[in-house]
Amino acid sequence: MGLPLLSLIVFTPAVGAALLLLLRGDGAVRWTALGVTILDLALCIAMLAGFDTTTHAMQFVERHRWVPALGITFSLGVDGISALFVFLTALLGTVCVLASWAAIDRRVKAFMVSLLVMQALMLGVFCALDLFLFYVCWEAMLIPMYLIIGVWGGEGRVYAAFKFFLYTLAGSLVFLVGVIALYFQGGETFDIIALTAHNLPFAVQSWLFFAFLIAFAVKVPMVPVHTWLPDAHVQAPTAGSIILAGVLLKMGAYGFLRFSLPMLPEASLYYSTLMLALSALAIVYGGLLALAQDDLKKLVAYSSISHMGFVTLGIFALNLRGLQGGILQMFNHGVTTGALFLLVGLIYERTHTRSIADYGGLMKLAPVYTSFLALFTLSSMALPGTNSFVGELLVLSGGFAANLALGAVAVLGALLSAAYLLGMYGRVSLGPVSAAGLSKIRDVNAREMAAIVPLAIFVLWVGLYPKPFLSIIDASVRHLLVQVHGAGSGP
Amino acid sequence: MDPAISIRPLLAIAVPGLAALAILFLNRRERLRDLVSPLAAVILFAIVASMAPTVLAGGSVELRLFEILPGIALAFRADALGMVFATVSSLLWILAAIYSIGYMRHLNEHAQTRFFACFAASIAAAVGGAFSANLFTLVIFYEALSLVTYPLVYHHEDDEAWRGARRYLVYLMGASKSALLAAIALTYQLAGSLDFVAGGLLAKAEAAPMLLTVVYFCYLFGFAKAAVMPMHAWLPAAMVAPTPVSALLHAVAVVKMGVFCVLRVVFDVFGVGLVAKLGLGIATAYLVSFTILMASVYALTRDDLKARLAYSTVSQLSYIVLGAVLLSPVAMVGGIVHIAAHAFSKITLFFCAGSIFCASGKRNISDMAGIGRRLPWTMGAFFVASLSMIGIPPTAGFVSKWYLVQGSADAGQMAFLLVLLVSSVLNAAYFLPVSYTAFFEAGTQESLSKVREIPLVAAPLVATAILSVLMGIFPGYFLTLADGVVR
Repeated sequence: MGLPLLSLIVFTPAVGAALLLLLRGDGAVRWTALGVTILDLALCIAMLAGFDTTTHAMQFVERHRWVPALGITFSLGVDGISALFVFLTALLGTVCVLASWAAIDRRVKAFMVSLLVMQALMLGVFCALDLFLFYVCWEAMLIPMYLIIGVWGGEGRVYAAFKFFLYTLAGSLVFLVGVIALYFQGGETFDIIALTAHNLPFAVQSWLFFAFLIAFAVKVPMVPVHTWLPDAHVQAPTAGSIILAGVLLKMGAYGFLRFSLPMLPEASLYYSTLMLALSALAIVYGGLLALAQDDLKKLVAYSSISHMGFVTLGIFALNLRGLQGGILQMFNHGVTTGALFLLVGLIYERTHTRSIADYGGLMKLAPVYTSFLALFTLSSMALPGTNSFVGELLVLSGGFAANLALGAVAVLGALLSAAYLLGMYGRVSLGPVSAAGLSKIRDVNAREMAAIVPLAIFVLWVGLYPKPFLSIIDASVRHLLVQVHGAGSGP
Repeated sequence: MDPAISIRPLLAIAVPGLAALAILFLNRRERLRDLVSPLAAVILFAIVASMAPTVLAGGSVELRLFEILPGIALAFRADALGMVFATVSSLLWILAAIYSIGYMRHLNEHAQTRFFACFAASIAAAVGGAFSANLFTLVIFYEALSLVTYPLVYHHEDDEAWRGARRYLVYLMGASKSALLAAIALTYQLAGSLDFVAGGLLAKAEAAPMLLTVVYFCYLFGFAKAAVMPMHAWLPAAMVAPTPVSALLHAVAVVKMGVFCVLRVVFDVFGVGLVAKLGLGIATAYLVSFTILMASVYALTRDDLKARLAYSTVSQLSYIVLGAVLLSPVAMVGGIVHIAAHAFSKITLFFCAGSIFCASGKRNISDMAGIGRRLPWTMGAFFVASLSMIGIPPTAGFVSKWYLVQGSADAGQMAFLLVLLVSSVLNAAYFLPVSYTAFFEAGTQESLSKVREIPLVAAPLVATAILSVLMGIFPGYFLTLADGVVR
């Protein structure tokens, strides 16, 4: 295939951002941004259509010289795991533009530029085959995200943006040390594939494992380095929350999958019980915190901590079902929590309150809205038939195989999720109509539907027919297992 | 016998499902809307009945849609156990649909479109559960049933309704998101599949007996719809729903879904052999015996007729489970047949309670003195159904109790024979006084002078009472199916 598809995917939003700078008028900016994200999404679909699910090898690989003196190249490529998240990023990118259509009414151009630059960098992270390129994109993401929260956020935006920046930067610096150490220990190369093939002594693996853990745990986020998340989410505009929950949190888990597991297999195995315990802690602690929230956004934010706990639980179960489930849950969480933040944003635009106590009886006033809220609430609590149930079943099945007791703790988290999600839905949608201000509320319009419906389709598609999604990641997951457990020893 | 491949199991789910959509669509055209339910019910029953000959002959009707995960497919199968449940649900839906129209119109209830739509959707979920070929498909419909019945429980939208509905959802969802989820994940882990296998999916699994025991009890309590104590408290709370809901859903479809799931677990997930080997049969039998007796005692103390019926249901559901876990073939037949026997009789009793409420506005038994003379059809049917609940020939309840008693003797478990006898006495003690009050106690005549039968309400309950007797005289259909399950 002659076409550099991944470069096109990564650079389309970047070029689009440059194009936006030339435009005048908010309308033109919005439509162009939408066009760019849709084009990017179309490219991603083309990529998936040409994706070979039978191999774990990197596909659509491109290599260009960059800094030969240091062995740095501009290399892109995707395996099954990254392909899924490239698609998710492009999907949520389109949703973000639609979600910001009316919500962002000042400095529209600057906002859309930030959004598109952000998308380009996120895609860069998932496509990078060069550790240096990965790190550059990983770090550079902070800037547009900082701006999105800090400029267009709520009242406490500066504090939240700063806290987000500080936490992630602290994690990243440790990561940088790890990257440099890896460079020297791994044969002075930044090539991720070469680094993966290199066998490191256990002691080195251990040090690197914890260096990476700190960086990735902040992103996931795992308890106890999660406290930036609720602040960032509450203050961020809707699109910011969708990106944060939908894609940024996945970066941490993706880091485990791309670096920790394949490059540091012995350390990953050795510390897996610790990771399972931290995951179980996040599941239950995040769930308890979510249970105590009155702010809709905070509730969804804390639920993310709990749900991402399921992801890391699945990953560090280090068996087939666990990994499949963990990765599928990453995708599911992106879709479902992205949609929940979108819905919270939509209702906030109308009522200017996020306090659950201010709502009640919304079903009578906005039946379409509450139907979607019900669907995504049920998806988030992993009702059978929805996407998360498939993921949760796989994660728990793998988790039980790895550690019965911690699997049982995770089930407790599933129970909590039913409690806070159904409680939230009931207080918002059912019961008597509460405040008089709610009575003139408008149901979802066509543009809002255009953002929600695709996500709703994925909820049911993955829930009832997850095979296409699992077959994309299948070969890569099996290869990953071989890398961790060594060839010959099955999962 | 090779299974027959047919789309009919899916069609049976689609008909009530589409009926629900049609009802929503016909929101403004009430007469047309009200026609949808009875019509769909008749079609559904015809579809179910069309599969009966195959199943009665020992075969099954299957439809496998596609694989969801390795070892898990979206698949349907109408087998003997499923047919018992589906026959009862679809047959009684015809009568309940007519009854509902009479009831809702007479009381001029609000939100009738939502009511009828959710009602039809509940039947779709119940039939879907009956025809599920594996645990994954089953829990999809199991949970769907919880959700679509929820608006029926909060129907009145007053404080009491919201409280009851909340308890309903907390119990059902809480149990399924904890115990049931763990049980399914562990089963998938141990067996690599979630298919129902004759003789038991887990029969060959290599697992510690302790772990299997935990999984078993996770199922028993996770399927909270079976209302085994202490997971029973949602059922009396659900009585805030309009009476047609209590009748068809909370005496037939929803609760039978619960025991149906438990029977599936005993027969097709663990298998009789494994349950016996682990010694779980007797343990469960003691557990449900407690439920049988305790719920009967509760029922004795309730003056609210629907509450008394609800506790009676809790008690009777455990008969079904008891029959299964005694693990003797005769007892199992008794348990399975009791699904149908209890359904016909208990729906009659609830229909009667609704009829009394419609005609007189009375809920408490103590207020019903002399009402039998004003409502002879209703109270006559109530008496017949009471006899069936107690187990007096020639009613349906006699058939199942006969097999249960004989089965406990077969199993050499005299303790449970005693439980059955004591509970029969308790049944008589809480049902017969109702008839006595209604017929023989003198009421204040003026308050009853305007009370008269409502034809659209009374006709279905007479029909179900007749069914209760007919099943007692001609139990062949259900006995053959039950034999098919046990064989």
